[in-house]
This record gives sequence, structure tokens and C-alpha cells, in this order.
Amino acid sequence: MALQSLDILRRSATPTQTPQARNPQEVAKLIDVSVCIGCKACQVACSEWNELRADVGTCTGVYDNPVDLGPQAWTVMRFNEVEENGKLEWLIRKDGCMHCADPGCLKACPSPGAIIQYKNGIVDFHQENCIGCGYCVSGCPFNVPRISTVDSKAYKCNLCSDRVAVGQEPACVKTCPTGAIQFGSKVDMIEVAETRITDLKSRGFEQAGLYDPAGVGGTHVMYVLHHADKPQLYSGLPENPAISLTVSLWKGILKPLATLGVAAAGLFGFFHYITVGPNRADEDEEETGGHDSPTGGHDSPAGGQGGPKFVEKQKQPEDALS
Amino acid sequence: MKEKLIRRYDAAERINHWIVAVCFVLLAISGLAFFYPAFFWLTGVFGTPQLARIVHPFVGVVMFLAFARQFFRYAHHNLLNKEDVKWMMSVREVMKGNEVGDIGRYNGGQKGMFWMMVACMILLLGSGFIAWRPYFAGLFPIPVIRLALLVHATSALALIAGIIVHVYAALWVQGTIRAMVEGVVTHAWAKKHHPRWYRQVTGKESGGH
Repeated sequence: MALQSLDILRRSATPTQTPQARNPQEVAKLIDVSVCIGCKACQVACSEWNELRADVGTCTGVYDNPVDLGPQAWTVMRFNEVEENGKLEWLIRKDGCMHCADPGCLKACPSPGAIIQYKNGIVDFHQENCIGCGYCVSGCPFNVPRISTVDSKAYKCNLCSDRVAVGQEPACVKTCPTGAIQFGSKVDMIEVAETRITDLKSRGFEQAGLYDPAGVGGTHVMYVLHHADKPQLYSGLPENPAISLTVSLWKGILKPLATLGVAAAGLFGFFHYITVGPNRADEDEEETGGHDSPTGGHDSPAGGQGGPKFVEKQKQPEDALS
Repeated sequence: MKEKLIRRYDAAERINHWIVAVCFVLLAISGLAFFYPAFFWLTGVFGTPQLARIVHPFVGVVMFLAFARQFFRYAHHNLLNKEDVKWMMSVREVMKGNEVGDIGRYNGGQKGMFWMMVACMILLLGSGFIAWRPYFAGLFPIPVIRLALLVHATSALALIAGIIVHVYAALWVQGTIRAMVEGVVTHAWAKKHHPRWYRQVTGKESGGH
């Protein structure tokens, strides 16, 4: 939202720099999946703080409720049952915006200031500038933004940027009863994660690790996973998320190429006209009594005028004019 | 004083052409606004950025339909023949202002432009349909939409560059604009630039050597 007191690092569709002087610390939310009990208190806290009320849905036979992210559901718990090491595991992941350091949504967005990346790492949507094109949906490697059918604006978790701006933790962090969600500086959160990972490894989860994918420059929402080698197990968390090549081509190389092509076409026309000159059909050959056109009989030295006459002679229809 | 004129485009054809042209200009302006951040202000052509996003696809459909009408009018005039290949091979000579080949209703460049426009229009409609929110984009998986957005931008820019050439050619070859505004060209124009077509419409100097 626009009333914010956080320093801006990047702004969508803005080719020039934002104010760079102040350097606030990067923050991060750490979600320890191994400690999560799937109570959905975070979902409730999110909906309360942000005053979101999704329509009452229907039970689809699983715990996921609502079943997907939406304009009124910025975080959802995703439940997945898997068998690992001969044991049933119930993997519960709190899904939502990952607040990438290199946000695909921001890269794709065509509307200046509709997507803001604060210097603390939070990626925020400013709906008043959103035009509803859905480019952010295509840009996101995590399939997070959702367009509202009510107002055609894109919505997603803003990491409670309004709370963070006044020194509070996000609502989901505040409410989590097991401490599965923590919030602090990114450096601190990595440190906390390390101790958790050491603990998990000592308990037999050899592949425990931190999910802070480098493909998007790291994220400001990180997971501690028992199976960091298989993030897909956690309801399809991507293994190597990155901005799609298609999006990079579209928002990258195509721009200079297009500029070159369009400029070349325009400049060629201009210089062609002022050097070769217009291509006129000589009315004199046709209309016997005619005299030079008012624009002056400039049989200019440009080669253009000689050629056509020559060709005309070849054709030689010295015809009566109907 | 009296000019000898040949009708080249009737009123329906001219109206058809200018519907496509006006749609194209509106689409190019708003499309460039979505493509280049520095030109985002061009969304103002439709009032507000949000309105531009909403209206752009509808104008696109109008352009496609009007162009489709043109396609059926002109496709059979735009089949390539040996004279067109000759024209294309000698395009440097053409640029100097010299006529090349026994050109019919359209020359090789015009025909090439025609098919380029046809290709762009089809790509633009298809990709635009896939990316169209809120109506159709939801029906497609995200990777398909990504590809559609790339194709849409690429074909749009190719078309814009092509239209610049199209407009320039019409300005450069004097007397051409008149064909699409008043519907007529002079005998001299026809004989010089489209000699075979000239013989066909006037019945003079029956074809063949």
C-alpha cells in the first residue's frame, strides 16, 4: 500500500534509480516446516490483520482450506503425505510470496510503481497502480500472485510491510504457536536456520537444509526443510526456481532489438527520402500539354529521375489516353 | 488539365483499410506503452492505464476482423510469381527509384508486406487471446501465457517496423496515398509502377510481348 515509510530499492517499470543513500537491513521470515503443526493460525492472523475474508469454500477431502492462494488468501497451508525412509511423513508448508531478491513479478510488471521492492527485501504490490494485465502472474516462478475477479488487481502477501515499517513482525509470525515462523534480519534468520538444521541432522534427517534459492537471488521468506534435496515433496516447491527464460527474453534482449529494428525502419525512410528523393511518375509523358508540377521541375541530380524515364521508354505505350 | 485516372480502391475497401489503420495506431501506441516503461504515459491514449489494458484487446479484435476482410479481398492478388522474385532480388535498384520487372497489381515488396502482416495478425490474435485477462488467460497454463506474451510483443514490434516501411513506401512513391484516400491513381502512376496491372485495367497493349 502506498502509505509506507520503507525505503524503496526497486520500482516496477521504472528505468531510473530510486534514492540510494539509506541502507536498511534486509529482513527475512523463516518457516521451519519441521516444527509446523498445520494449525492455520497464520492464515487466520493474515486474514485478520489484512482484513481479508475469502468466501466460504467447500471441503475437497483434504486439509487444505482454502485449497489455493487467492486475492483474499495471501497464505495457505499445503498438506502433503509422503513416504520417506519407510515412514509416513505429513509435510505441511505455509505457502505464499517468497519475496525474491530478484522478483519475476517486478521484472514483468509494465506499470510504474505497481510493484515495489523495499530495501529490506519485501516485495509489495501497490494496487492503486495495478492495471490488471497479469504479467506478474507470468513473471513469478512460484505461482503466487492472484488477480481479483472483483477489481482486476493483483494481490499477494506483502510480508505485513505496514507492520514491519513500524518495527513489528508480520501477523503470521506473531501468532504462530509453535515458533515455526520466525522473523528478523536475514543474517539472523540464516543463523537460526543453521541451528535447526544441525538439530534435524542429529535426528536422522541427513538432507535437512535451508531453502533460500539462489536462482532468484535468494528469498526473504526461507524454509527449513527436512528434505532440502527434494523440495518438490512440499507440495511442489520448485527445486531451482528462476525467472523463466521466456520472461527474460521478453523483458530483456527484445527491448534493444525492437528499438533497433523500429528505429532502423524510421531512420532508413527519412534518410532515403532526403537522399534519393520521392519516386514520381512523370505526368508529362502522359499529358501532352502539361507543365512541371508546382513543386518545381526539379529533375534533381539524384539518379532517381533518370532511371524511371528509361524504363518508361522501353514500355513505350504511346497510347491515346482514354 | 483533365487528369486521366484509374480507380484502384473502391469506397468499401478504403473504409476497410482505414478501420484497420486507426485500430493499428491505437494498438501500437498502447502496446508500446506496455512494452517500454519510458513510454508508459502513452496509455493515456485510452484515458487511463487501466482503461488502456481493458480496451487494447477489444480494439485488437476489431483490427483482426477488419484485416481478415482485407485478407479475403487481396490474398489472390498477392500470390508470388517470377516477376516478384526478380523484384525482390533487385530491391537495391528499386530503392534508387528504378522500376524492375513487369509488375502487376502489387509488386514483390507489397506482397511480402502482405504476407508479413498476415503472419503477424494471426500471431497477435492467438497470443493476445491467450494473455487476455480476465477472460481467457485463466484457461492456459502459465508457461503458455509466458510464451504468448513473448510472441505478442515480438510480432507486434515486427508489425510496427513493417508498417513504418508500408507508410514510407506510400509516401515515397508519390500518388500512392491518393489511391487509399480518394481511391484513384493517375495513368502515369499505374503505367510506371504497375505496368501489367495498367494494361489489364485499361485493356491497352494486350499482355504478352
